[in-house]
Amino acid sequence: MLSFLGRRVLIAIPTVLLISVFVFALQKFLPGDPVLALAGEDRNPEMLAFLREKYRLNDPLYLQYFHWIGNALRGDLGISLRTQQPVLELIGQKLPVTVQLAVMALIFAVVIGIPAGVISAYKKGTWIDWLANIISLSGLSVPNFWLGIMLILLVSVKLGWLPASGYQPLTEDPLQSLRTMLMPAFVLGSGLAATLMRHTRSAMLGVLQSDYVRTARAKGLNERTVVLKHALRNALVPIVTVVTLLFGELLAGAVLTEQIFTIPGFGKLVVDAVFNRDYAVVQGIVLCTAIAFIAMNILADALYRILNPRMRDQ
Amino acid sequence: MLPKKILALAAALMVSASWVHAADLRIGLAEDPDVLDPDQSRTFVGRIVYASLCDKLVDITPALEITPMLATGWSWSDDGMALTMTLREGVTFHDGTPFNAEAVAYNINRSKTLEESRRKSEVASIESTTVVDEYTIQMNLSKPDATLIAQLADRAGMMVSPTAAAATGAEFGLAPVCSGPFSFKERVQQDRIVLEKFPAYWNADAINFDSVTFLPIVDGTVRLANLRAGDIDMLERLSATDVASVKADAALGLEQAVSLGYQGITVNVNNGDRANTPLGKDSRVRRALSLAIDREAMNQVVFDGVMAPGNQAFPPNSPWYDTAFPVPARDVEAAKALLAEAGAENITVEIQTSNDPVNQQLMQVIQAMAAEAGITINIVSKEFTTQLSEQTAGNYQGSQIGWSGRVDPDGNIHSFMTCEGGLNDSKYCNPEVDALLNAARTSNDLAARKVSYDAASAILAEDMPIIYLYHQTWLWALSNKVAGYTPYPDGMIRLQGVSLTE
Amino acid sequence: MTAVTNIPADAPLPRRRSRVWQRLRGNPSALFGGALVGFFLLIAILAPILPLPGPAATDWNAIRKAPSVAHWLGTDELGRDVLSRMVWGAQASLLAGVVSVAIAMGIGIPLGVMAGYARGWTDAVISRVTEALLAAPFLILAIALAAFLGPSLTNAMIAIGLSAMPIFIRLARGQTLQVMTEDYMESARAVGLGHGVIIWRYIMPNIFPPLLVQATLAIATAIITEASLSFLGLGQQPPAPSWGSMLNTAKGFLEQAPWMALWPGVAIFLVVLGFNLLGDGLRDALDPKGS
Repeated sequence: MLSFLGRRVLIAIPTVLLISVFVFALQKFLPGDPVLALAGEDRNPEMLAFLREKYRLNDPLYLQYFHWIGNALRGDLGISLRTQQPVLELIGQKLPVTVQLAVMALIFAVVIGIPAGVISAYKKGTWIDWLANIISLSGLSVPNFWLGIMLILLVSVKLGWLPASGYQPLTEDPLQSLRTMLMPAFVLGSGLAATLMRHTRSAMLGVLQSDYVRTARAKGLNERTVVLKHALRNALVPIVTVVTLLFGELLAGAVLTEQIFTIPGFGKLVVDAVFNRDYAVVQGIVLCTAIAFIAMNILADALYRILNPRMRDQ
Repeated sequence: MLPKKILALAAALMVSASWVHAADLRIGLAEDPDVLDPDQSRTFVGRIVYASLCDKLVDITPALEITPMLATGWSWSDDGMALTMTLREGVTFHDGTPFNAEAVAYNINRSKTLEESRRKSEVASIESTTVVDEYTIQMNLSKPDATLIAQLADRAGMMVSPTAAAATGAEFGLAPVCSGPFSFKERVQQDRIVLEKFPAYWNADAINFDSVTFLPIVDGTVRLANLRAGDIDMLERLSATDVASVKADAALGLEQAVSLGYQGITVNVNNGDRANTPLGKDSRVRRALSLAIDREAMNQVVFDGVMAPGNQAFPPNSPWYDTAFPVPARDVEAAKALLAEAGAENITVEIQTSNDPVNQQLMQVIQAMAAEAGITINIVSKEFTTQLSEQTAGNYQGSQIGWSGRVDPDGNIHSFMTCEGGLNDSKYCNPEVDALLNAARTSNDLAARKVSYDAASAILAEDMPIIYLYHQTWLWALSNKVAGYTPYPDGMIRLQGVSLTE
Repeated sequence: MTAVTNIPADAPLPRRRSRVWQRLRGNPSALFGGALVGFFLLIAILAPILPLPGPAATDWNAIRKAPSVAHWLGTDELGRDVLSRMVWGAQASLLAGVVSVAIAMGIGIPLGVMAGYARGWTDAVISRVTEALLAAPFLILAIALAAFLGPSLTNAMIAIGLSAMPIFIRLARGQTLQVMTEDYMESARAVGLGHGVIIWRYIMPNIFPPLLVQATLAIATAIITEASLSFLGLGQQPPAPSWGSMLNTAKGFLEQAPWMALWPGVAIFLVVLGFNLLGDGLRDALDPKGS
């Protein structure tokens, strides 16, 4: 197991370095002078020249890259051009927000997706299965940002039940924090629930046809026990893997949801940073998300390996 | 048991609407401010926060007269080369540092010399300062500067604590220390800025809140929904199209003021090769385009009639507006005649605009209007940053852009219309205009200045390097619980005298 | 965003077309999906000849009017007919979906096949780059690319295509590796056929079915992504309509003119649902394990 992990981590290193080169190159080619974005209304040539010098924008590209990656390896991701806050500190501020959103969305997805998948597999071929399928595909097909707008329109503007936006840290005001996150988490979780439902369904279908479920049934165990205890438990192996993978994607997928609901997380930060040409922030965030994504992938593989033998034992 | 608990929690989640902290005022901002250092900051929205955080040497009245703040009185030397200010006594900064002439001298010096300072040009005319006594400061100028006092009513006049500034240097903005009614408590970028009441504030009686929280909520609809839901108490820059529904809402109030700035189409008349178009080379084409636009209809369609149509660098309600050139009515025939005269019938021009919905809507209206006069407009949408870069580099024909406006008329016109002006992206250059605008900025005689500006306006109405379209109206929507709010044309939110009633 | 989990786990061998078609016809969901896609394709193609006002024809006297007999779906912020803009917007959305996926496949499949066929260093390099691209968040990549290229529909399509490309590289590579282990490949090599012939005659036909399924699903994702980019102002530019840019404008008028936001959203939903149903149906029909 350890050697497996070690190997995966080693392979991940060049991948991460490659990503860092991509991100760096891509945004260096973005049109629009970051210094002009920085100067705002008060732009004069000396100020622009000074800023270029200060943020090393006159250096050759490869030097800029090495400077950045060198600092990054020492844990310094630079400072935001716009507010001068250290990028690492910014990420520290934003990460809990996005994680909370992602976890809540995941809870939504699990609570809706897994039972729906189980029922759908169990009732395969019936109208229930068909309905569940259509609903789940609908969840996949609806544009997140539109769903968000419609919910704001209905729940906040028309009914006034939940705040349309804003964010309260969980530590300061748990109830309000949950209230503000309810809609965004639902929006973000809806597509996930659909994916999860489909995976649960196919995993369950496989397991339900397997020998040991047949054996369990033959033993005269009641159906409930068979489905929930024997079948689902085994089907959970691939599902857990999928959930882990999805979590990595969630961190990145929150972009539009955060934009709609004005949630000060990763996604909003990075979009604003792209538009403001806040290089250091874009680089830092994409690097961190990519690392998180890769870490989740490794974790998923590891989980699969840990969980799998148990399945064979039965 | 468990379901009941869950139900109770759900009920609590849905019902327990925002609980109002009686003494906290929550303000929805249209953007997230940049760095909170008056010497380094560059956004309009940042100045809204400063209005509660950092007192200035002088302030303005809603009628734009200069009024005492940290300076209680001031006088000019006869030759206009020295400005002497008497300072308020007993004022301290949030960190306890006393405010005095030394502090003012430090601040002026910081604005002039801090490498990152964006205020250098604003205080460029100050050559040195003399501390006359503890509460008297004299600013010695290199040349007469009529605009200086207005600069001191804005960021250049904001006093930061010398102790804190010396300690934090260019990173002052992460934890700003000033002398305003509220002190800095915390900031979470893109989420909120929290200020706490400063008990030792010199004018503490006028302040009725224990804290004020600024919440950047970029989307106008969402900002308003938050106000309706009671999650914020007031918001700035209400969407013009929401005015009617706010007026119809008994729980909300509306305040407005015509801004000091303008919106228009900057034309590339001499900035590189792309100026070589009929629009850039022939002022008759520009005037034709201007005549083809029905500014009133544009205002109705895009802004529900809320903005102030305009045709000069100053809004029609400004004392600096030249009434000899009123906002022109639309005249398609005259436009066509001008185009025919210029030999530029059926021309195509490319105008860039930023890719936000309101500006795009505006340009589409203008596009439709211009088409009727035989001018085909290609709209090119750019991100704002790119638009600015292209404009500076001269890589554009026309650019729809605006200016947030300054208290002194000089700030709206000089850097745009003088040959060497720092913001002159059209590269318009007319020695006559230079002479008039340079004269206007050195004279302290208002009547003489007005004559200069009128003369310049007359030339610009002919040459038209910028086709002025309208002046934004600042719109604030407030909960009915907010009392005593006064709108200012600079768009700032001043909390002196404002209170929350239950 | 769900692309990773959409890749079929196994590589089905192509079956005879008639049976695939038969099975597809017997699947009501797939038929429904096909009908949805067909409907939108039809209105997109017929847009120029439908008896509708021009999509850019403004009417200052009919600003943001609710649906009525004159304007079935209402009018927008410039008094333009929303129905007409919806119909023309279908062109933009479908075009964006198809073109961007074509770009992704056009670059992705050759690279993937190359990696799987040549293996060794070629494979290592292509795979690492693919992995890195996949680890960078899809939408952020698309946003950055679109911002880099400048806001326009064409650039949005390129940005989406490039962002979706790694999925096709990975899938094509995996499929190729699988096909390479088949017996007929060994015989093909044994008789000394050239690389080009082997790839064209033996590999491509065999890896095509799963790629087709992926393509159908990718079109769905691409349409949503185009809408997202337009929603951020990086897609279709005015006055030409696209559903995403219509939503971008509409969000400023949610209270005054909710219909402006309703229709484009519904249309995106339906067309994406159509592609998803069709993709699912195709997958089932091509699945050798299915009965």
